[in-house]
Amino acid sequence: MAAVQETIDQVKAIDVDQYKYGFVTDIESELAPKGLNEDIVAFISAKKEEPEWMLNWRLEAYRRWKTMEEPTWARVEYPKIDFEDLHYYAAPKNTEGPKSLDEVDPELLETYKKLGIPLAEQEILAGVAPENRVAVDAVFDSVSVATTFKEELAKAGVIFCPISEAVREHPELVQKYLGSVVPVSDNFYATLNSAVFSDGSFVYVPPGVRCPMELSTYFRINEKNTGQFERTLIIADKGSYVSYLEGCTAPQRDENQLHAAVVELVALEDAEIKYSTVQNWYPGDSEGKGGIYNFVTKRGDCREKNSKISWTQVETGSAITWKYPSCILRGDNSQGEFYSIAISNGHQQIDSGTKMIHLGKNTASRIISKGISAGVSQNTYRGQVSAHRKASNARNFTQCDSLLIGDKCGAHTVPYIESKNSTAVFEHEATTSKISDDQMFYCQARGLDEEEAVALIVNGFVRDVIQQLPMEFAVEAQKLISISLEGSVG
Amino acid sequence: MLEIKNLHAEVDGNKILRGIDLTVRPGEVHAIMGPNGSGKSTLSYVLAGKDDYEITEGSITYNGVDWSELGADERAAAGMFLAFQYPIEIPGVATMTFLKTALNAQRKARGEDEISTPDFMKLVREKSKALKVTPDMLKRPLNVGFSGGEKKRAEILQMSLLEPTLCVLDETDSGLDIDALRIVSEGVNQLRSPDRSMIVITHYQRLLDHIVPDVVHVLSKGKIVKTGGKELALELEKNGYADYVDEEAA
Repeated sequence: MAAVQETIDQVKAIDVDQYKYGFVTDIESELAPKGLNEDIVAFISAKKEEPEWMLNWRLEAYRRWKTMEEPTWARVEYPKIDFEDLHYYAAPKNTEGPKSLDEVDPELLETYKKLGIPLAEQEILAGVAPENRVAVDAVFDSVSVATTFKEELAKAGVIFCPISEAVREHPELVQKYLGSVVPVSDNFYATLNSAVFSDGSFVYVPPGVRCPMELSTYFRINEKNTGQFERTLIIADKGSYVSYLEGCTAPQRDENQLHAAVVELVALEDAEIKYSTVQNWYPGDSEGKGGIYNFVTKRGDCREKNSKISWTQVETGSAITWKYPSCILRGDNSQGEFYSIAISNGHQQIDSGTKMIHLGKNTASRIISKGISAGVSQNTYRGQVSAHRKASNARNFTQCDSLLIGDKCGAHTVPYIESKNSTAVFEHEATTSKISDDQMFYCQARGLDEEEAVALIVNGFVRDVIQQLPMEFAVEAQKLISISLEGSVG
Repeated sequence: MLEIKNLHAEVDGNKILRGIDLTVRPGEVHAIMGPNGSGKSTLSYVLAGKDDYEITEGSITYNGVDWSELGADERAAAGMFLAFQYPIEIPGVATMTFLKTALNAQRKARGEDEISTPDFMKLVREKSKALKVTPDMLKRPLNVGFSGGEKKRAEILQMSLLEPTLCVLDETDSGLDIDALRIVSEGVNQLRSPDRSMIVITHYQRLLDHIVPDVVHVLSKGKIVKTGGKELALELEKNGYADYVDEEAA
């Protein structure tokens, strides 16, 4: 239990600031010139020492992207992004292949410590029971700086490394699966990512292997005016299992920072992938200035029969969130799950949800979405459930609950349900409620102050989803929920 | 000691309390009886500090502290407890979690350390047994799907756990069958002590057979119109409130 306890202690020790990750690490970084053209794409590819096929793949994406238009259908408003005014590559200097944690810049390690993931301690913890360990691949701006537990994982045959390394070391896997779930031309932001992605994580779990520990990545945006474009690719081969945790933070800045990630999951026969995210990017200040624009494409493919993909997300940060972790239920008897908590406060805008695309027979999906809006924020659930003609006996259950705090925020639910097979059964339940004055008074009459009362009631509201998170994350998520709703009442 | 002087209060501009004087000393149990609409529940909310219940005249002091500026949570930390007539549902929050959160919030407000989980579990087990609150009930979300009896037992469990010095019971007997009434009353009687004051608000004498008051007040149209010993409740049971209501009207 040491690792778990440590995480809990760290979370407890966290200072309850409005945005506790608002520090900037002073490390010299190497920047690509602003703007985007084929030279920049080639520059990124060269920096990564990529083979030619990768460069060509990127260039093809870039050429596609140039012909595409920014999507405007989401219920979010923001000034037009000047894509020529961004740096598409930023790397902390001195990261030329750290061989071990000792070689990693101490300031960087300090940053992670503030984030609550002491990498150096991760390896020392190797003596504790295997199931309580977490392997961390940390992405700082665009370069993956340290991967812990690599050796241990290698023994099990699990590949867990920066995707840039996978491109060089495991080209056959990358070429086979990259872009196979989210095609190069999928959407504006995914295509942009395909052209300029700088790093991210790669996971391959071989047939029949149950990954011996939770895999975890912390993303953090540090450099000014950099877009962070990570690319994550997870493949669970036949009969394997992997649980992956992703945590995101960003320092406080006045300017908006762009984040456009792509995550692809592939589950083969009898395989299961569980993907959990706690996202608390900087949401902007009380006037709505600054904050992260988060335009993310996440998709999982249950490619073969009896496979399962489960998404769990806790979204508390970002000025704008545009994100729909989805499942393609291609294999017969495959299952997809989406559990989501999306909290918006201040001027945040969230348009998030999921897609469950039923293609195979006897496929089942489950969606539990809990949206909480406070301040003057807007929170939209957008979900699509569809059954293909051949998807006989497809099942979906959707529950979509919204909670309003105060009277200046908005909650919106936009479900799209489409069935082309008469044996499909889709259920959709939705509720919208407010924290009532009576509930507040009741809690306060028992001694809870206003913020404690809101935190308790909200934690009750999201309990179904919190229970889906790995324990270390559940504790952090509950804490985050309290922090992100501070000042939302009164 | 609770001292209420010339208390006037209104809700949404409606004058409900029109000059209440009441002193409750430690160890005393006062019953407040009265017909519907006389202001009984309003008095309990004003004491607990509910928003929108505005004191327009007069004062409430507890142990010498003026309560007019204190919020509900601060009054709770100072020893106030209101057992609700209609306990509120808190979906998704296990009763056990709620109890612990409340206890720790009060301890924190008083500058004490949080209670350890083993100590807390022991305390809850001990307190819940007497009130026939089952472990299953403690796991369920607070008041959600509770029967009338379960809700009231959960209220008294909170009371015994939080150990307030000023207890206000608002129609705790409503919705209870005879057995539940006995269990709840016994729970309340166990909490009677020389340093604890209680105000028991009720329509009916039957609760006062179980919780025997030291003083009985009759509230009508926002004023205390009669004060007596426990025999006053018996008299009311026989003759109804008509005498007092008419007196006011005359």
